[in-house]
Amino acid sequence: MGPWLWLAALAVLLALPAVLSGYVVTIFILIFFYGFLGQAWNIVGGYTGQLSVGHAAFVGIGGYTAAMLSIEAGLTPWIGMFIGGALAAVLGAIIAYLGFRFGLRGFYFVLLTVAFAEVCRILASNIDAIGGALGLYITFTGNPRQFQFQDQRAYYYVALALMMAATGVVAVIERRRFGIYLTAIREDEAACEALGVNTFKYKMLAMLVSSFLTGIGGTFYAYYLFSLQPSTVFGIPLSVEIIIRPIVGGAGTLLGPILGSFILTPLGELSRSYFGQGGMYGVHLIAYGVLLIAVVLFLPHGAYPYLTRLFGGRPRA
Amino acid sequence: MDPTLVLQGVLSGLLFGGVYSLMAVGLTLIFGVMRVVNFAHGDMMVWGMYLALLLSTRAGLDPYLAFVACAAALFALGLAVQRGLVDRIVDAPHEMQILLMLGVALVLENLALVAFGPEPARVRSALSTATVWLGPVFVDVARLVTFAVAVVLTLALYLFLFRTDVGRTVRAAADNTYGALVIGTDVRRVYAVAFGVGAACVGAAGALVSPILPFQPATGLSLSVASFNIVIIGGMGSLLGAFIGGLLVSVAESLGAVFLKPSLKELFSFSLLIVILLFRPAGLFGKRL
Repeated sequence: MGPWLWLAALAVLLALPAVLSGYVVTIFILIFFYGFLGQAWNIVGGYTGQLSVGHAAFVGIGGYTAAMLSIEAGLTPWIGMFIGGALAAVLGAIIAYLGFRFGLRGFYFVLLTVAFAEVCRILASNIDAIGGALGLYITFTGNPRQFQFQDQRAYYYVALALMMAATGVVAVIERRRFGIYLTAIREDEAACEALGVNTFKYKMLAMLVSSFLTGIGGTFYAYYLFSLQPSTVFGIPLSVEIIIRPIVGGAGTLLGPILGSFILTPLGELSRSYFGQGGMYGVHLIAYGVLLIAVVLFLPHGAYPYLTRLFGGRPRA
Repeated sequence: MDPTLVLQGVLSGLLFGGVYSLMAVGLTLIFGVMRVVNFAHGDMMVWGMYLALLLSTRAGLDPYLAFVACAAALFALGLAVQRGLVDRIVDAPHEMQILLMLGVALVLENLALVAFGPEPARVRSALSTATVWLGPVFVDVARLVTFAVAVVLTLALYLFLFRTDVGRTVRAAADNTYGALVIGTDVRRVYAVAFGVGAACVGAAGALVSPILPFQPATGLSLSVASFNIVIIGGMGSLLGAFIGGLLVSVAESLGAVFLKPSLKELFSFSLLIVILLFRPAGLFGKRL
């Protein structure tokens, strides 16, 4: 696809809120937001092949940091979001340092990330200063300085900007030596090391960038939903939500997380609201589960590489 | 700190640990044979609980009898999951296996949510209200029976693996799949048996714990995580490790609830898990089945 096509797609996305109804705008906001989180995860989980199932912890830390700074110190979340991202990156560095220094792979690395996220969840639910198990509630002021908007369309553009920014970061990484190292680590770490690549350093860097971006997402989460609960924001289900989109779309590809989010988010939202009315809440998650199984069995590289092959694009590098 | 309270904590933790052990033994059996981690383990266990609930409300069957039927039903489920799904990814990269099993877990948990709703449930048993005093501490009869049956089932599994021909082929395939193939073992059948038996363990464990522990579909996730915890602490693939690890984690959580807030009890096992992962990833008891 040429650059003109991209510009056209971007122009359509920029113009869409003018014609869409409120509900569809909400779905697009979630598509962009989960596309953003998926893209952030993609750096360490997709390109580098280090399967983190604890990324919710970064969302939680980022969200809590920005919200607490705003509530206690009056700092605008526009600055707080970067501090939140930085703190998330500190946790990312700790997890990555321990995991990679001690050589945990596969299931063991998954468990380490899950364990850290769970420890965060338990701690957050037991610290009364940050709201304990009930969590934090943010009062609505509608003040853009407080990252709050009267108009849904403002959230639409912020979420779109986040997704575009993360995709830009990944596009830059992909074209540089750094990105090639990451892919090489995923494909054959031992060979990569034998060729003199400092795999530890690059895995650490991948986790740092990924956790920083995810932490920034936490601020959006907090100020879009106006509440933070430890069990949802640090929970394993959110981590699964984060990883499932890039995997279905194509982990380790630039557009995979976005494609995955365009497929799964409307599916999830529509079935949630359709079946939720009848009291059947789990249906969209059953659909996710079936899709996950189908992707592993039939499209192990995700939908994006499959689609590019189908439409005669160049094969994946 | 009142020593009676501590003793009470140790005892109730130990008794609850029987269920943890049975659950972890099932997980470690599946891993030991196939090198596949069953992320749906806890969700399978929740299905064992709901089956016990159905048998109790519809057929009036006490869960301490119904556990046999629950184990049989879960054996069939495990067999189906293995034959239909896991069998196709036994040789795939770890990540793919983890994702597939996550998919199975999502489906099982949310089928339970659709079928039974999110409200916590509990199964009535004739034994639920009885307690006995052992010196200064009291014991629920239900916990005692749960513990006894769970230990007997774990022993039975041990005898099955070490004293029967099928069990020996299971261990042979776990030890060296290629070697087992060379001497004519039907490894696919062994895999199916192992997955079935592993799932049957949680079927029984779920039914046995259903009068003690209130449950809901979301319980599956925490049970899965608890099983991973135990199996890593005991050593992936080690039956003895899973058994002792189950008791250990349960006592640690129970004491955590005594000394700290009950809501902090899981912090103990997760911290233990992180330490073990880093310093002794093979667990306390090596990795032989």
